[in-house]
Amino acid sequence: MNVMQNVGIGSAINRVDGLQKVTGQARYAAEHPVPGLVYGVIVSGAVPKGRILALDEAEARAVPGVIEILTHKNRPHIAWFDHSHKDMVAPPGSPFKALYDDRIHFSGQPIALVLAESFEVARHAASLVRASYEVEPHNTDFHKAQAERFMPSKKRDSFQPPKNRGDAGAAYEAAPVKVSADFHLATEHHNPMEMHASTVIWEGDGGITVFDKTQGPQNVRDYLAGVFNMSAKNIRVMNPYVGGAFGSGLRPQYQVYLAVMAARMLRRSVRVVMTRQQMFTHGHRPEALQSVQLGAERDGRLTAIRNSATTSTSRYENNMENVVNWGMMNYACENAAGEYAIAPVDTATSSDMRAPGAATGMTFFEMAVDEMAHAAGIDPLEFRIRNYSEIDQMNGTPFTSKALREAYAEGAAAFGWSRRSQAPRSMKEGRELVGWGVATGMWDAMFSKTSASARLTANGHLEVASAASDIGTGTYTVMAQAAADTLGLPVEQITVRLGDSTLPTAPVEGGSWMAASVGAAVQLACRSVAEKLLKAAEKMENSPLGSASLDEVRFAGGRISLRDDPARGVAIAEIMRAAGMDAIEVQETASGGISGMISQMRKSRNTHSAIFAEVRVDEELGVIRVTRIVNAVAAGRIINPKTARSQILGGVVMGIGMAMHEESMADHRYGRFMNHNYAEYHVPVNADIGDIQVIFVDEPDPEVTPLGVKGVGEIGIVGTAAAVANAIFHATGKRVRSLPITIDKVFDANPLP
Amino acid sequence: MNPFSFTRPTTVPDALRAVVRPGGRFLAGGTNLIDLMKENVERPSALVDINRLGLDAIEDLPGGGLRLGALATNADTARDARVAKRYPLLASAILAGASPQLRNAATNGGNLNQRTRCYYFYDNTTACNKRNPGTGCGAIGGVNRIHAILGASASCIATHPSDMCVALAVLNATIRVTGPQGEREIPFGEYHRLPGDTPQRDNTLHPGELVTAIDLPAEDFSAHHTYLKLRDRLSYAFALVSVAVALRMEGDRIAEARIALGGVAHKPWRVPDAEQALAGQPASAESFARAADLLLRGAQGQGHNDFKIGLAHRAIRRALRQAAAGTPQSQTDKRVA
Repeated sequence: MNVMQNVGIGSAINRVDGLQKVTGQARYAAEHPVPGLVYGVIVSGAVPKGRILALDEAEARAVPGVIEILTHKNRPHIAWFDHSHKDMVAPPGSPFKALYDDRIHFSGQPIALVLAESFEVARHAASLVRASYEVEPHNTDFHKAQAERFMPSKKRDSFQPPKNRGDAGAAYEAAPVKVSADFHLATEHHNPMEMHASTVIWEGDGGITVFDKTQGPQNVRDYLAGVFNMSAKNIRVMNPYVGGAFGSGLRPQYQVYLAVMAARMLRRSVRVVMTRQQMFTHGHRPEALQSVQLGAERDGRLTAIRNSATTSTSRYENNMENVVNWGMMNYACENAAGEYAIAPVDTATSSDMRAPGAATGMTFFEMAVDEMAHAAGIDPLEFRIRNYSEIDQMNGTPFTSKALREAYAEGAAAFGWSRRSQAPRSMKEGRELVGWGVATGMWDAMFSKTSASARLTANGHLEVASAASDIGTGTYTVMAQAAADTLGLPVEQITVRLGDSTLPTAPVEGGSWMAASVGAAVQLACRSVAEKLLKAAEKMENSPLGSASLDEVRFAGGRISLRDDPARGVAIAEIMRAAGMDAIEVQETASGGISGMISQMRKSRNTHSAIFAEVRVDEELGVIRVTRIVNAVAAGRIINPKTARSQILGGVVMGIGMAMHEESMADHRYGRFMNHNYAEYHVPVNADIGDIQVIFVDEPDPEVTPLGVKGVGEIGIVGTAAAVANAIFHATGKRVRSLPITIDKVFDANPLP
Repeated sequence: MNPFSFTRPTTVPDALRAVVRPGGRFLAGGTNLIDLMKENVERPSALVDINRLGLDAIEDLPGGGLRLGALATNADTARDARVAKRYPLLASAILAGASPQLRNAATNGGNLNQRTRCYYFYDNTTACNKRNPGTGCGAIGGVNRIHAILGASASCIATHPSDMCVALAVLNATIRVTGPQGEREIPFGEYHRLPGDTPQRDNTLHPGELVTAIDLPAEDFSAHHTYLKLRDRLSYAFALVSVAVALRMEGDRIAEARIALGGVAHKPWRVPDAEQALAGQPASAESFARAADLLLRGAQGQGHNDFKIGLAHRAIRRALRQAAAGTPQSQTDKRVA
């Protein structure tokens, strides 16, 4: 059996869940009909810090149809210790516990949950709950928070401290060409289309079924079990469809906590949906400051890297990201020093948002590299190639694969980079200045232990299942393809189940590891089915397969046949009939194994990309148009070029948003984000997006993960904002080091000559 | 959202009667009012749905003008052949605003009466004299990059967000209203008002009055006009600065100029001095700059929006150049002409 030659993996099939989505049959967390549902509406606090002195609920309670108002005063018992409130991806610290006590930690914190027989009543009554506060001094100004910059002794599990090499300080001082640049990234909120929502079904036997907007149903199950001291067996969490998340659904959000609390209190089914405004009261990409100093020889050879960054966190948890490592890993340079810390502000804890750390740190590093190339008088693509490293420079380890050189070459050819005129302001068309920029992207190629089951019935139908999530990424489809690939079945005969905590164990969907991990688990389970089938076939009288091994047969068209003599074969249905089997059912777990663990220690595993951007700038008015992007991605084996391309397109659009639009603006007097709606928090719209070309370069890598898959969920955003910013410099000669680059930062406020 | 009564009258007199109670509000397209109700900013006790009143015709007026029904949608108005031919400036301004879906629902009367997009007005936890008179203005000293640079007061620095109204200001439209005291006409320049110390009042409608139509005079600026809108993304965002220009040219000279600014004040901003200064002048960089100076006389930034003054100056000059050259800004090709 030769997997690589089968048709499933590598084909650009349509999403298997597409029809359900476009016809409205796919139900999201708040859309599951439940009889006798209680509606909960969250009352959000108005101040950023202090204590609730009093809650006036009288008027709200008087509204007919109001059942109960949950507050810190009447809430049911929850676990005492922080430990019980930590979810799988919680950073160190004390997790936020809604309605725990009278303390206010951030503006918009939930202070009450109004429960009523209808949504309308609950919403109206919620507007009548009045709170008075004892306000304490607060700070949401990240620049001011630099005074409290620190690095906690307890690190987040995913945090990798930067490793220094050589003497970056001395090398920088001695370098004939130097650049030093300070960068700022505004806070961004994930803003998925679907608001965070939970429908909790009270099963009557003490058990609950929870439809939740999450990226990890088992994470939510375990979290709820800890918080409410319930047996995990009595909690079933489902998320069959998720309307985008971008990291906002990695951690259980407060609506699921509140909905379950209310369901347990009332012993009824409850639904809680956040408003768009409340979507600005939890996780967000941390605000960031980064300082990059680079030294180089006159020939453009990098001699010194100093990379320092701070990101924001809350007062109660220490969220950390890997911000400064990327540039130190990617470039050949003997002297490199990185330094990273966090600074607390009085907001909710920042959280992972698409390519956390890299989207920030690689973007700013690549903007600094552009400055260095310019200072050295070298084409910025040529500069990157001159400093190309075949190995992970920070860890001193080889990569399982790194086809970045090919990505540069193929991206440049597709973009037409060779026609670029090097001097800023040298390209013009009509009234507009034209700028071309390039940047590098980098992300981890991770693998996470994952289980999957497979069940083949005698009628040739296969069901594969895992507690994975599909947050719009295409998990259903890649699971179907991995199965089709192994058993040679058409996708139409395969049912995929995911988004259910009772299914075989899977990690949260994040970090771009899902396709590689669940794909491998499904393949393993289907191989196990294949082995059982083959064994049964060989027990048949006059078996045409003789005693062939799995590698000597092929599965195609519902048959097993000899690879060397395809005429000799037998139908799967016939085998099962002969063996008297109604179904074959298996469960398997894909893990890296010993060889994987050894490889993990000895080799770095990353995706890479080369992004080329064209902008057109009306300098007088500061109007920028991003007219072209080419993103050439080296991400190992691509399971489905169509869904993978879609992931890169989305990442690029989000990168353009990071470059030019997205910004949560806080009023530091109120300690509150003010543009908390879709009208004033700008993400790119269609008019902002020009031509985007995605290239997947060939990068065979059997070592990185069992299927050779690296994952593509995040790589599309990494570096994209840098390519755009670098193009804006090339067009205008003006460096804007603060993202997003809005109109006011580009047009020159001085009177025109 | 608070409980409210809902009626759907079929005649104007019934609608006027239905709305005469405290907290009565007319509901047309609902694209702004419903949002504000969801955020507990608007709390009407009675919603009077006026979508069955008719009032949606676009009709020729004797003498060559055009009457736009208050309940004609923005989309139908912009795509009306007479509007497109005789008032292309209006069509362009409408198409610069919102999204196709919103323009399909939004009405002409509703466009006039839409409320500011000031963050503080929308957020009940902050001070806002427009929402809750006497509480103060959160935007002053706060996040104010989208706020007014002209005509603001110590009580309010909000802007009127409409694009359509900027064109109507230039076109010298007349607003026709009817109410308990009968019908009256309001010249467009007197319809919206500056905030002063009563920013809760956006316009000069009397309580219980209903906009029935917008009349456009018989004037032809189709040869020399433009609507130039600058914003934080290339579509579907409110104007940071917009400029509507209509010119009557005689050879290379400007015989008559009309200019209005959007996104910079509590109402579309016109300055007669600036327009008079252009009359009889050549279409030149100097005359355009002089007009921009006069339009922005007294402009005052609030910190985050200081850039709007310089940006507006450039936008005015560019818009005048576009109009004089007869190359109006396209609302689909995002390259600035």
